[in-house]
Amino acid sequence: MTGAPRYLTIFVGVYLVFLYAPVLLLPLFAFNDSAVIAFPLKGFTFRWFEGLAGESTLLVALKNSLIVGISASVLSTCFGVLAARAAARYDFLGKKPIMSFLMLPLVLPEIIVGVSLLIVLVQLGIELNVWTVILGHVLICMPFSIAILLSAFNNMDKFLEEASLDLGATRRETFFRVILPLVMPGLISSLLIGFTLSLDEFIIAFFLTGTEPTLPVYIWSQLRFPSKLPGVMALGFIMLVLSLILLTLGEYYRKKSAALVGSGSSEIRNG
Amino acid sequence: MKDWFTRESRSGLKLVAGPFGFSLLLLAAPLLMMLLLSFWTQNYLDLDRTLSFANYEEAWTHPVYRMLMQRSLVISILVTLCTVILAFPMAYFISFYGGKRKSLWLFLITIPFWTSYLLRIFMWKIILGYNGVLNSTLQWLSVIEEPLTFILYNANAVVLSLAHAWAPFAILPIFVSLEKIDRSLLEAARDLGDTAFQRFIRITLPLAMPGIVAASLIIFIPTIGDYITPKLVGGTDGLMIANMIQVQFSKANNAPLGAALAVSAMLIVGMIAACFVFFNRRYLRSQS
Amino acid sequence: MVELNTVKKSFGDVLAVNGVDAVIREGEFFSLLGPSGCGKTTLLRLIAGFEHPDEGSIVIAGRDMDQVEPNHRPTNMVFQSYAIFPHLNVEENVAYGLKKQNLSREDQRVRVNEMLRLVDLEGYNTRPAHALSGGQRQRVALARALIMKPKVLLLDEPLSALDKKLREQMQVELRNLQRTVGITFILVTHDQEEALTMSDRIAVMFNGKIAQLATPQVLYKRPLDKRIASFIGIMNFMEGTLKSVTEKGIEIDAGPLGTMTISPDQMPIPLQPGDVSIGIRPEMLTILFSSSDKAEIEITGTVTDTAYYGDMTYYEIAVEGLEREVSVSMRNTAGRRVLDIGETTRLGLGRESLLLLS
Repeated sequence: MTGAPRYLTIFVGVYLVFLYAPVLLLPLFAFNDSAVIAFPLKGFTFRWFEGLAGESTLLVALKNSLIVGISASVLSTCFGVLAARAAARYDFLGKKPIMSFLMLPLVLPEIIVGVSLLIVLVQLGIELNVWTVILGHVLICMPFSIAILLSAFNNMDKFLEEASLDLGATRRETFFRVILPLVMPGLISSLLIGFTLSLDEFIIAFFLTGTEPTLPVYIWSQLRFPSKLPGVMALGFIMLVLSLILLTLGEYYRKKSAALVGSGSSEIRNG
Repeated sequence: MKDWFTRESRSGLKLVAGPFGFSLLLLAAPLLMMLLLSFWTQNYLDLDRTLSFANYEEAWTHPVYRMLMQRSLVISILVTLCTVILAFPMAYFISFYGGKRKSLWLFLITIPFWTSYLLRIFMWKIILGYNGVLNSTLQWLSVIEEPLTFILYNANAVVLSLAHAWAPFAILPIFVSLEKIDRSLLEAARDLGDTAFQRFIRITLPLAMPGIVAASLIIFIPTIGDYITPKLVGGTDGLMIANMIQVQFSKANNAPLGAALAVSAMLIVGMIAACFVFFNRRYLRSQS
Repeated sequence: MVELNTVKKSFGDVLAVNGVDAVIREGEFFSLLGPSGCGKTTLLRLIAGFEHPDEGSIVIAGRDMDQVEPNHRPTNMVFQSYAIFPHLNVEENVAYGLKKQNLSREDQRVRVNEMLRLVDLEGYNTRPAHALSGGQRQRVALARALIMKPKVLLLDEPLSALDKKLREQMQVELRNLQRTVGITFILVTHDQEEALTMSDRIAVMFNGKIAQLATPQVLYKRPLDKRIASFIGIMNFMEGTLKSVTEKGIEIDAGPLGTMTISPDQMPIPLQPGDVSIGIRPEMLTILFSSSDKAEIEITGTVTDTAYYGDMTYYEIAVEGLEREVSVSMRNTAGRRVLDIGETTRLGLGRESLLLLS
């Protein structure tokens, strides 16, 4: 940090406090031995965490979130592979508009996505359940999957596939022996990020869930009861740690993907 | 015409058919459906399918909806301004003074945002409340006698919470733009006699503009449709259009009106965003 | 071994290969030489099967390759970027194509080691792909292709990514490799020196067509037109007139060089009497250092530029009556001095060194 002006450094300090304030308070109150979320702190306890295990509705919501998260991330990754491969390898009619449309959910407010899906489902008389939530989540996870996988496919030398064919492999063998191993880190990254996005998503789940709430919807329902709040803090803390782990893993695999596939191109040295 | 259906084109289209078909079915079709619905009217329990502008008339003339729409716009603009203005020095700091630890700084910036969005906004409620963290701390420090009330359950709280929530989405694009600035340009300018302020206005700011524009659009467009923040910390004075849309779809049972409100909101946002990009391009052109 | 029959290939409205006819013989080192965009790489890819001709046919080892996919052709390719699989090590890369053959682990290992020895990479079996240098990568690509025992080995500008010294070394190695293995090599390159050094025969390509197909000597000594002549090596051109063609020979007026009769083989393509370009290679001109040095044709000129290459010196000499300077190359033999800029000197050449080109 060479020579930053005083006022800037002070600003950065205050800004960091601003950024971290809500987050740091979470563990603080999760372990706080008091039913009221306020200062002063009253002592250390695990009881809120223990209490979580007993909440049956929480466990149901957790199960739902897992189903939704895994399904949405798998589906969006599959779609992402198809779209990314098409975009990276082929130039096809309408490529730009099609790809832009696939990335559209990134800039649409989630409420628009949720509401419009709700309209269609209601008109068609389809019951709202876990599957309707999954559909909505796949829509918003897809752009992320496509972005990650596009980068992975683009980094891959186009001629590797031709080399494989030239050496006698079929297209199918080429996919499993060359393409898949090389985009695997990108795949994993896409799965992890998709799962994390879905786990955290509230609005679409709120609109499209019937009687099977996801975790965020469950949390929302608990927020109006002061007695439930410390438990919510504890839950939030667990989710924070989980997200941290998943996102770090996702980042690790994304970096690995870039390194593996990107390296190996021309190095001009003697030998 | 012949080349459009080359082997390559067919292969590409075959691959992208799956995801695109899915999007068409679940995004394009519903959006169109929403558009269509907005032209129908709800008569208590019956859905009148004759096309009419009735919902739009109501959305644009009824004082409550106008007020909500205006407030949502104002809040969005305020949030965008605050977030970007506060984020810029942070991004500047990391880019110009971060040295070898730039990625570490970026990592640090993003950690707070790995918590659930829902919980983060809720924490602001805890912080800004009557007996909340901020008030109790300030009272304990004897800065104030009575708890502050203007900080929660109104538009201020919404702006503050959202300025927090969007921070990394502003810092990152601005950072990327700042990184791209060739440092030798600034050195040359200093060589030619520009002061630090002049260098900032004439070089740094225009070159960082793409990042600023990107950040602004990323924040402005989705903020209009935010539901959680106004509901949790907005009280009655801070409610936004998304809350009303949700009401129309549930308690008020007037989905067509809800749809019209949603479409109107998107239209306004789209136009403002387009204007913004347009004027920004002119600004940049005049600079070069 | 490889027959190309009026092969045509377009990409959109770009005609990449515009009617190529050629026969490439078994066991020969054949090069496709030309500037970028001339269609040589497209032609190679057509032979390999990665592109399909719009018109014409390709026959390899007696079989028509129409509808035959690249993985079923008796060819193997070394790509310009080498295309080494980054997630596999050397042994796994080289053995990649052997999977189909269901060899035992031992047999596979033996074959791989045989190949590694051939390309001078013995012991590198477990080296990961990213730890290889450019030259090593190329050898792995060679081994990987040759282990498949193809009838034809295709090489797409294999040396362009290497630095100069390594390139020259590899040129020799590739040539020796081809002789050892004995199969047909088809090499694509834009470097005429490379083609001249390594090939048995060269096809010079411009704009999708073969301009001339011949051995390196014929190509260098008897290029068919100006374009080929200036592409291969350096050629001095001067304006002259073709006066007549008789049984005795060809009468020409070579400006400052005088009028003379030359032999018919000095006109590769029959030309009409009239204006013509006369070409002469720099090494066919000699600097007559002392007054006792004599030559069939002598002219005088002034040195305007010199370039010293250690073993050779290249001179630019302005000659009266000639529009452009003449390039002359002289070997720096023992005792021979180097001229200075501004020096006047006599140049000598023989009548048989002249070439009539259009």
